[in-house]
Amino acid sequence: MIRLEKRPEPSRTMSYATPLLAVLATMVFGGFLFAFLGKDPIEAIITIFWDPLFGEFAFFYRPQLLVKAAPLILIAVGLALGFKAGIWNIGAEGQYIVGAICGAGVGLAFYPLESWVIFPLMALAGAFGGWAWAMIPAFLRVKFGTNEILVSLMLVYVAEQLLASMALGAMRNPEGRGFPGSRNLSQYESAHNAELIAGTGMHWGVVAALISVIFAYVLLTRHRLGFAIRVTGEAPRAARFGGVNPGRLILFCLGLSGLLAGLAGMLEVSGPAGQITIDFNVGYGFTAIIVAFLGRLNPLGILFAGLLMALTYIGGDIAQSQLGLPAAAIQVFQGMLLFFLLALDLFTNYRLGFGREAAA
Amino acid sequence: MDLSAINPVLLIGAMIAAATPILLAATGELVAERAGVLNLGVEGMMIIGAVCGFIIAVNTGSPAFGFVAAAIGGAGLSLVFAFLTQATLANQVASGLGLTLFGLGLSALMGQTYVGIKPPSMGPGPFSALSDIPVFGRILFGHDALVYLGLLFVATVWATLKHTRAGLILRAVGENHDAAHALGYKVKRVRTLAILFGGACAGLGGAYISLIRVPQWTEGMTAGVGWIALALVVFASWKPWRVLLGAYLFGGITQLQLNLQGAGVAIPVEYLAMSPYVVTIVVLVFLSAEKSRAPGCLGRTFHASG
Repeated sequence: MIRLEKRPEPSRTMSYATPLLAVLATMVFGGFLFAFLGKDPIEAIITIFWDPLFGEFAFFYRPQLLVKAAPLILIAVGLALGFKAGIWNIGAEGQYIVGAICGAGVGLAFYPLESWVIFPLMALAGAFGGWAWAMIPAFLRVKFGTNEILVSLMLVYVAEQLLASMALGAMRNPEGRGFPGSRNLSQYESAHNAELIAGTGMHWGVVAALISVIFAYVLLTRHRLGFAIRVTGEAPRAARFGGVNPGRLILFCLGLSGLLAGLAGMLEVSGPAGQITIDFNVGYGFTAIIVAFLGRLNPLGILFAGLLMALTYIGGDIAQSQLGLPAAAIQVFQGMLLFFLLALDLFTNYRLGFGREAAA
Repeated sequence: MDLSAINPVLLIGAMIAAATPILLAATGELVAERAGVLNLGVEGMMIIGAVCGFIIAVNTGSPAFGFVAAAIGGAGLSLVFAFLTQATLANQVASGLGLTLFGLGLSALMGQTYVGIKPPSMGPGPFSALSDIPVFGRILFGHDALVYLGLLFVATVWATLKHTRAGLILRAVGENHDAAHALGYKVKRVRTLAILFGGACAGLGGAYISLIRVPQWTEGMTAGVGWIALALVVFASWKPWRVLLGAYLFGGITQLQLNLQGAGVAIPVEYLAMSPYVVTIVVLVFLSAEKSRAPGCLGRTFHASG
């Protein structure tokens, strides 16, 4: 008879092994999916995971890896801090949009003035926008006990409508011949989040993502606040007796994740996306949730998870153009990855026991 | 702007129809939550229901088969959630989110060849003969079968939870799973069944959107209705009749803002379209003040030897 036994302590080996096993399982089942769609599964998997890194046109795709991974990492690091403490901000997509709107708004307000202060101001505005948007659920949770999951998510839909209104109204390019969308910030030097080293994909977002990883790592392992976050997640009552103020922790975690998401949005809209359009956001705020879990809510893990997820985005694009694989297949693929990860995580805390249970 | 273009009788009728998908999904989620399971995958199960129902209805020419398929599809996806949370003891919040992300992707994949097709129409509702009665006839009897099925669901769920042994066991499992286990009830089995019921209801709600409300298939067409349904369960303090009230309230706001858009009110369309979500937040804030009674074990994982 097989049964589950709780491990006395979570297994470290398994906690490192599960993401790898989950990726493998996703490749196998994703292969089935691709075969079902009438594509050669081996070829599809190679196209997604190998070609962007080592294929013929890798010199073109490798920089893209950093461009796509940066916002994912930036958002996921913030989310993970909250998730660790049992604070569920799932509205990062909304904070990302509002950050982009605020950042772009500052840039557009200065147009066509050229000055080095504009870009830092935009970054501040973007971070502030995301922070402010996240403070709505945070404040409501602390003050009234309102569920932050639902409020932060509702605000994504509100932010999307706000974005539509900006792209069609207040921020529309006056010289755009009536097309929706703002001026292109990549043609406005002071507001452009350009590549720092040409041909590498390295822009300010990548720098910010790396800094955020280091910051979060130090916070969690070396700082009292990080300790408070970990204790609150594992034993909320013990944390309270230990003097952790839960309200302040909620404000901090939601605020920080909103700030990082807003910054990511601003860096995206002034760089790779270039302008405010109705649909410049492509769901990074939601994918970052998968990244956070795939990285085991650990900043260093998130660094790798973000790169991996970026790889599936780029590989997915290639598979779409070369093999005609539908874009949605990649979304399914990413969803599967999260499922396998969650399922396999069982073996971090439990092990299989064989035979009869020893008499207690 | 021309508010006289809004016919109040038609408006109320349309409000009831707008409320039905929310009502169906929220009733299902209520049952799951009363059993102690927080399934954040409602949006995902709804959209899978929407696409399954649409595909089957188009291919068989029968909306009825479509709705059956939608219920099966929604329940099928919820089975993934049941496996993750009950068998592999995964975190319910993360699993539910995963379900929504996965459902949105899978539905887009399944429905890509069905964009722009018109589904077969439902035909007249069961009481359509009575709908010629002035004013009330249209409001009370002019609907399709699903509207009445939704009402029936609410009544049945209420009666079952309150007056039957099965309902008592379900509530016991949700309030205190350790005690229920000690009394010999199968906690995981009860929860799995509740999750499946929730999935089937969400699927029906989704198909109502794709087959009757819109009626068409577009990617991501549920547009947050599943999340509103989740909010509604909190709004209703886990009581079936209040779900009904809430669904009509939110359905009403959704429909009213659509009609106001149509009538050309001076408020920009985007701000009107925000209103159902903003109202949801405001209502949640007001209700969280009264410390409503959530089921005791909501969202907690159960493992017998733990």
